[in-house]
Amino acid sequence: MCLAIPGKVEEISADGLIRMGRVNFGGVVKNVCLDYVPEVEVGDYTIVHVGFAISKIDEATAEQTLADFRALGMLEEELASEEEAFARAAKAPQASCPDGRSSVKEGGVRQAGSVGESEIGN
Amino acid sequence: MKYLTEFRNGEIAQRIAREIHQVTTRPWKIMEVCGGQTHSIIKNGIDQMLPAGIEMVHGPGCPVCVTPLELIDKALAIAAQPGVIFCSFGDMLRVPGTDSDLFQVKGRGGDVRVVYSPLDAVELAVKNPGKQVVFFGVGFETTAPANAMSVHLAKRRGLRNFSVLVSHVLVPPAIAAILSAPANQVQGFLAAGHVCSIMGYWEYPPLAERFKVPIVVTGFEPLDLLDGIRRTVIQLEAGKHEVENAYERVVTFDGNQAAQKLLSEVFDVTDRAWRGIGVIPKSGWRLNADYRDFDAEERFHITGIHTQESALCHSGEVLRGILKPAECPAFGKECTPRHPLGATMVSSEGACAAYYNYGRFLSAEQLASAGSALSEAARG
Repeated sequence: MCLAIPGKVEEISADGLIRMGRVNFGGVVKNVCLDYVPEVEVGDYTIVHVGFAISKIDEATAEQTLADFRALGMLEEELASEEEAFARAAKAPQASCPDGRSSVKEGGVRQAGSVGESEIGN
Repeated sequence: MKYLTEFRNGEIAQRIAREIHQVTTRPWKIMEVCGGQTHSIIKNGIDQMLPAGIEMVHGPGCPVCVTPLELIDKALAIAAQPGVIFCSFGDMLRVPGTDSDLFQVKGRGGDVRVVYSPLDAVELAVKNPGKQVVFFGVGFETTAPANAMSVHLAKRRGLRNFSVLVSHVLVPPAIAAILSAPANQVQGFLAAGHVCSIMGYWEYPPLAERFKVPIVVTGFEPLDLLDGIRRTVIQLEAGKHEVENAYERVVTFDGNQAAQKLLSEVFDVTDRAWRGIGVIPKSGWRLNADYRDFDAEERFHITGIHTQESALCHSGEVLRGILKPAECPAFGKECTPRHPLGATMVSSEGACAAYYNYGRFLSAEQLASAGSALSEAARG
């Protein structure tokens, strides 16, 4: 997904080939490549896409965006572990409509989801 | 604190929406190109906050959705081979090929791994010298730098067992293709914020000038999207066609120089087939001669692929913005996220998935009138 999540750089290491940082996304920590943000240092905030920092941002913006994403429920999918990703795909690739409603009016077409299907299509 | 954020954002959102209502005097069609923006718009009901005349048209900004079926089938064939560890992002798992998907391939014994970063796939290659590790490199310009660095690193480490199945597509040529189509009705664009954090937005003034459309670089959060739409409508009402940056906290005109430098070292521009749309010239990247060794299509000569698109699937029309997902006859019936007919229903950036998951179904009357739109699209 094209989403990039803000995180705080807590530690930096370079092995001569690549500059990596331990980045904390509001509690979840990932190893992130920092080669595209040479100006970023420990304590700075950066936005990260698929394990690569792509832009430095200020702390206030970072905290605000993280709070917004968390409130919107967008963090879990981006930072999911491999087990979670497979579990998610096993149940359904996407969760069903979060508030359980549909915008169907009277005489509407169908209900979301189906009953009685097997979990893994085959 | 959560409630304060929601409350304050809600107030600001209402204020921006009111402003859009006040300045709108005519109907306008605005396209957001990025699938992540489509999801944010639908999930947060942004389109429902707009005046009735403003229509958000959903563009082909889902790289998974536009990856050709043949390439998906090749991916499945490679993943099924013994001795291969096939790595991809999580949202590829249920994308349907002609008769299977990666999740099913894993169920039948294929070694399919979900990775957070392409660097994880490189690590797997280092740790599994006896296996061929293949990474499915699907994405727009936001993701390409990650894949470029991974291939670059694999080369510097002298890895012989790492390759990438490349499906990289570019936004500006897609915008040009959409605007060049004879029946085009799109009048303004929201450019994808994170694509532009990499590439900058220097590519857009020529497009705005050539096609006389306003283009506003926009983020993903609800307030960002409302602001981007507001600026686009203001320009449209004033007859302007300029490029604006509404995502300044992350995007500069020149973009990320370090990323662009490595991209030019690793990739060449190439023509690409977009599923559901056709070939768009110079609309993708492939590994250049220096990195061709790491191209999985070259390493694994997969033959005997017979692709078969679902006859019921209208992803192409959805991707071109001609059809809304809920207007598709198969939407919610033969085609659901659990049994998707096309990538748009299963990808986390697909418009059909957004409509399904956030409850955008049509009433019977709306469907009847949409049916005529569909037959018109079929004739066109």
